[in-house]
Amino acid sequence: MVTDDNAADRLPGRREPNSHCVRSSQDAPVPSSAATDLRAAGRGARRSGRGIRRHWRATPWLFLLPGLAITLLFSLYPFVNTIILAFTDAQVLGGGNFTGGANFSRMLHDPQFWTALRNSALYVVGVVPFLVLLPLLLAMLVQRHIPGIAFFRAAFYTPVVASVVVVGLIWTWLLDSRGLVNSVLKALHVVSEPVPFLTDETLLLISAMLVTIWKGLGYYMIVYLAALANVPRDLHEAAEVDGAGPVRRFFSVTVPAIRPTMVLVGALSAVAAFRVFSEIYILSGSSGGPAGADISLVMLIRQVGTGLNGELGYSSALSVVLFVLTLGLMLLTMRLNKNEEVA
Amino acid sequence: MNIRAQRPGRIVLRYLLLLAVLAISIGPFLWQLSTSLKGVGEDIYSYPPQFVPSEPTARNYARVADVVPVWGFALNSLLVAVANVAANCVGAALAGYALARMRFFGRKFVVLAFVLALLVPGESIMISLFLMMRSMQLSNTLLAVVLPGAVSALNVLLMRNAFAGLSYAVEEASLIDGANAWQRFTRIALPSVKGTIAVVAIFSFMFSWDDFLWPLIVLHDPDKYTLTIGLNYLQGTFASDQRLIAAGTIIAVAPLILMFLALQKYFFRGVGAGAVKG
Repeated sequence: MVTDDNAADRLPGRREPNSHCVRSSQDAPVPSSAATDLRAAGRGARRSGRGIRRHWRATPWLFLLPGLAITLLFSLYPFVNTIILAFTDAQVLGGGNFTGGANFSRMLHDPQFWTALRNSALYVVGVVPFLVLLPLLLAMLVQRHIPGIAFFRAAFYTPVVASVVVVGLIWTWLLDSRGLVNSVLKALHVVSEPVPFLTDETLLLISAMLVTIWKGLGYYMIVYLAALANVPRDLHEAAEVDGAGPVRRFFSVTVPAIRPTMVLVGALSAVAAFRVFSEIYILSGSSGGPAGADISLVMLIRQVGTGLNGELGYSSALSVVLFVLTLGLMLLTMRLNKNEEVA
Repeated sequence: MNIRAQRPGRIVLRYLLLLAVLAISIGPFLWQLSTSLKGVGEDIYSYPPQFVPSEPTARNYARVADVVPVWGFALNSLLVAVANVAANCVGAALAGYALARMRFFGRKFVVLAFVLALLVPGESIMISLFLMMRSMQLSNTLLAVVLPGAVSALNVLLMRNAFAGLSYAVEEASLIDGANAWQRFTRIALPSVKGTIAVVAIFSFMFSWDDFLWPLIVLHDPDKYTLTIGLNYLQGTFASDQRLIAAGTIIAVAPLILMFLALQKYFFRGVGAGAVKG
């Protein structure tokens, strides 16, 4: 999928090879070191480009400078630093002594940590099955080129474009005790009292999951659409000739053909769900639910690590746990895929 | 796709389903729009619910600006997003080209660094990043909001794939004609990957405009707020008036929806690529 867009880009450069361009020191032919470059280059290049220096030794590093500097400085260095801090008692004010695994053993006895871990795990369990299945059905619904389908596809994708904050605020209003959902439920006589979507500990978490699912549908729909386009049509036709109905064809033709995509969607949505922050934060009015009962792991990291009393060491240890579990979740999904392929 | 023609009943059913999903996906936005257009005199909690405002008014959009500097927030968001787009396009194209087209010692390690960066969730380094920004005297600045995502590893790898997919013949010809690496990059390779650059630009803009957690951590001063944390702040201050919050959310979401409608195909093309970014 990542390379999909190359096809459209693979246009021949129209510009004539420049004969008028200024020669700089970079193209001075220096055969001796050019040889190393050419060895690695394509066969054609070796034949025709002999003796022409491809680039100056420092050129690749100049090209890489901005990207590599940002990545090293703002991704990899903080990552290493997080691991180091996790073994210290660093605080916003003072601290910073090496304390071994103290932060990790503290976690074991921290009820907030277990609440947060439970909520993040529940979030994965509650969200992933729906985000694997519903967008697939949606993709099948919009797959056929019938009049107006482009409009429907665009409309279904709109929630993806909006910020989680916007989406969260929209749903906070819809799920309010006097909001639209409760009025409709009352009008239909489903309930007599407003449902406490945002104030009940359990319902708040479920509401946040619904928002995540609602916002993710369109995104994974597009992922599935690309995969469905590659399902061989003759398989469907053959199955239909054999008398298989739509349900049967779904399970014996469509699902096997797009299984890898389903696993990908499962992995992506699981990792994203485990890192949930904004949905719960916004729907709970930044409180994390009644008495913080709906706090997620990322919410806990922020809560512990920021502010004047920020416990950077402990917060970093929690971050390490988040990283390890996220990575584990990714590896687990990939492993599942492999095992089932063998079976 | 089917052998037999679609029966009319089936196609009607399909459209009915499409309309039902349409109501679910677009309905909430329309309800928010409707709320934002309802005047102070109109009961927004009316029962049964009133979908079309009886006397539509734009006053809430002016009133929300009295409560919080919403246009200032929007300007901050725009600055951050534009800087993010520029840095990502330039940085990722340069690095991607080097990785795809140049041979040098250490190339594999550089690729590894980008892949590792891709695997580290932003949430797990945010505390450490915040510390860095503080020690660099950058906390509470828009620059601190931009820097960590200025050249995302994903975009670098995306650009590398795009360049690697190009035919090398023309670049090679210009090499023989004496074009240097910079000329080959800007005049030949770059114009051929415009589509990928558009995807990088659009997704950088969207991620930056919608980002919440990082600006929430690094910005403290309402003057510096971007729209997303500004809206969160608005909800905290005036939770009582849903009309104002609705107007604020429409201000935040409208530009992106318009951009999406204009540039749909790039949004769809970027889905697979952005998937990893999360």
